[in-house]
Amino acid sequence: MSDTIIVAYDGSAAGRRAVDFAAALVRGAEGSLVLLHVLEWSPYSFLTPDEVEERHARRKVELARAESAIVAPVKAELEAAGLKVDALIRYGNVTDTICEVAQETGARQIVIGRTGQAGVMSRLFGSVAGALAQVAPVPCTIVP
Amino acid sequence: MQTYTPRSASACRLAAGAAATLFSALPARASTLDETINTVFASTTGWFVNFIFAPLPGTSFPWIVLWLVVGAVVMTLYFGFIQFRVIRHSLQLVRGDYSDPKDAGEVSHFQALATALSGTVGLGNIAGVAVAVSIGGPGATFWMILAGLLGMASKFTECTLGVKYRNEYPDGTVSGGPMYYITKGFAERGIPGGKALAVLFAIFCVLGSLGGGNMFQANQAHQQIAGVFGDFPGWITGIVFAVIVFAVIVGGLKSIARVTDKIVPFMGVLYCGTALIIVLMNYDKIGWAFGQIFAGAFTGLGVAGGMVGALIQGFKRAAFSNEAGVGSAAIAHSAVRTKEPITEGFVSLLEPFIDTVVICTMTALVIVITQQLMIDPATGLYIVQEGRIATVGGTSGVGLTSAAFGSAVSWFPYVLAVAVILFAFSTMISWSYYGLKAWTYLFGEGKGQELSFKLLFCLFVVIGAAANLGPVIDFSDAAIFAMAVVNIIGLYMLLPIVKRELDSYLSRLRSGEIRKFR
Repeated sequence: MSDTIIVAYDGSAAGRRAVDFAAALVRGAEGSLVLLHVLEWSPYSFLTPDEVEERHARRKVELARAESAIVAPVKAELEAAGLKVDALIRYGNVTDTICEVAQETGARQIVIGRTGQAGVMSRLFGSVAGALAQVAPVPCTIVP
Repeated sequence: MQTYTPRSASACRLAAGAAATLFSALPARASTLDETINTVFASTTGWFVNFIFAPLPGTSFPWIVLWLVVGAVVMTLYFGFIQFRVIRHSLQLVRGDYSDPKDAGEVSHFQALATALSGTVGLGNIAGVAVAVSIGGPGATFWMILAGLLGMASKFTECTLGVKYRNEYPDGTVSGGPMYYITKGFAERGIPGGKALAVLFAIFCVLGSLGGGNMFQANQAHQQIAGVFGDFPGWITGIVFAVIVFAVIVGGLKSIARVTDKIVPFMGVLYCGTALIIVLMNYDKIGWAFGQIFAGAFTGLGVAGGMVGALIQGFKRAAFSNEAGVGSAAIAHSAVRTKEPITEGFVSLLEPFIDTVVICTMTALVIVITQQLMIDPATGLYIVQEGRIATVGGTSGVGLTSAAFGSAVSWFPYVLAVAVILFAFSTMISWSYYGLKAWTYLFGEGKGQELSFKLLFCLFVVIGAAANLGPVIDFSDAAIFAMAVVNIIGLYMLLPIVKRELDSYLSRLRSGEIRKFR
């Protein structure tokens, strides 16, 4: 059985706690970590002609920003601590993408943080952690 | 002082009919500023309009309509009825079955289709169809559907070329459209004159963007607002619209455009849904309505101009509505990233189908089925007055569509009024983009050039809202059809290139080299 653990990281404090939790799991078990950052994206949204034209350039900017500001510093830090880390940046629905990556990499487990907001927004739209708990193909740890 | 000549007998009727739009009793405009704008406008554009709509010698058949029909038929035959062969694959592309997950975050086929559709679905589907049916009779619907089906092949050809020959710049932005494929494609095939033809197209495209893509929309939006709040000078509406358009295209206030772009598809679905409900409510008359459409298509049912009249109206309004062969969609689609230009063609051929075969037919069916067109009980023929069929309440244009929907669903005219204004706005935003691309082709890429066009565009919003519908609709039609004249010449010359792309793609699709990702 593969010993890969996926940790979804969005740059938030909760995400950071999830990273630390996952790092501790891997450190004990000689496994590797997939540091996954998902940019929310739907291929069925509506764009204006200008947005269509700018999309390709903007995508490059978004990817570069996600890489430099969110993913790379954490990856470097984990590697410095002696862990094996793969970083992935993907576009898509956050929940679906995490599940897809879990299947692709044959991960043992998903680790995700939760913001703990129980407000109107999460009641209306649900939360990623809540949705993952329902649909994750592998065990899922939600770090408070 | 309008310079109407005999050629514009139909345009005159069209103008007379359409001038009294939603609430037909618009009093004569009092504003002198409006009249001045109108007079200057009509006298400066008359010659151009006359040339484009000139009839074939010895007939009343405008040569431009024949040009469009022949173009669409040639492309349909050349590609072996491509529009029917690949439609299943088109739908799979739109659904994303062939989209590489690695490309997520790029514009999807669905988004490209939706953006292009929001530029074409609009007043042509609501007002244009009503004009066609009230002048050409129910039979015009048949020719409109046929034009829509044939137009799918033209759209396929132009959008494939648009992607294949676009210009990409180091900052990642893209400029494409007929002016680029005519220049590059002609050079590739060693055909002279590409540059001159491309410049001509770009000039017409700027005019079309200011005409049909701007003034006609502003004008109709004003008619709608005046219908709700009572008559007031058009330039006031024009300035309000110009300020909003300015905020979006110059000020970069994308949120407005984004909001309308999200409401427009919803409006489109609501419109079709309501139309379908009205048709089903009158299920006992569906057979009769189709009977009228088929009989009218070949006999004219005694309507002025007979079969030819129905045919001209059907083809003209279909072209104005779905813009197949005009070249505008090629500009919209060319910004899309795809490894295979032909896939953009496959997707774009759905546009005339959705726009014309589905939405326009819905409008026509509702008008016919709710019996807005008056029939003489003694003869069973339509009552023709002043070149168009008399309607219940004397409505025409948007007003006729509104009355037809209102006769079945009393509150729908209010929804329609909002829809017309939103459709007009989203069409203006789309066409400002098409016009801009033509403008930068002529004058070079650059911030200064872009700003000058955008300011000009805003100015024409005011002119369009202030001018009378007659000269505006004539000029709008003429400019857009002039684009089609140049574009279709270009398409004829570049057909073999598209054919090569098509054969290569289809054989790789069959061999399994191009595979589904899900």
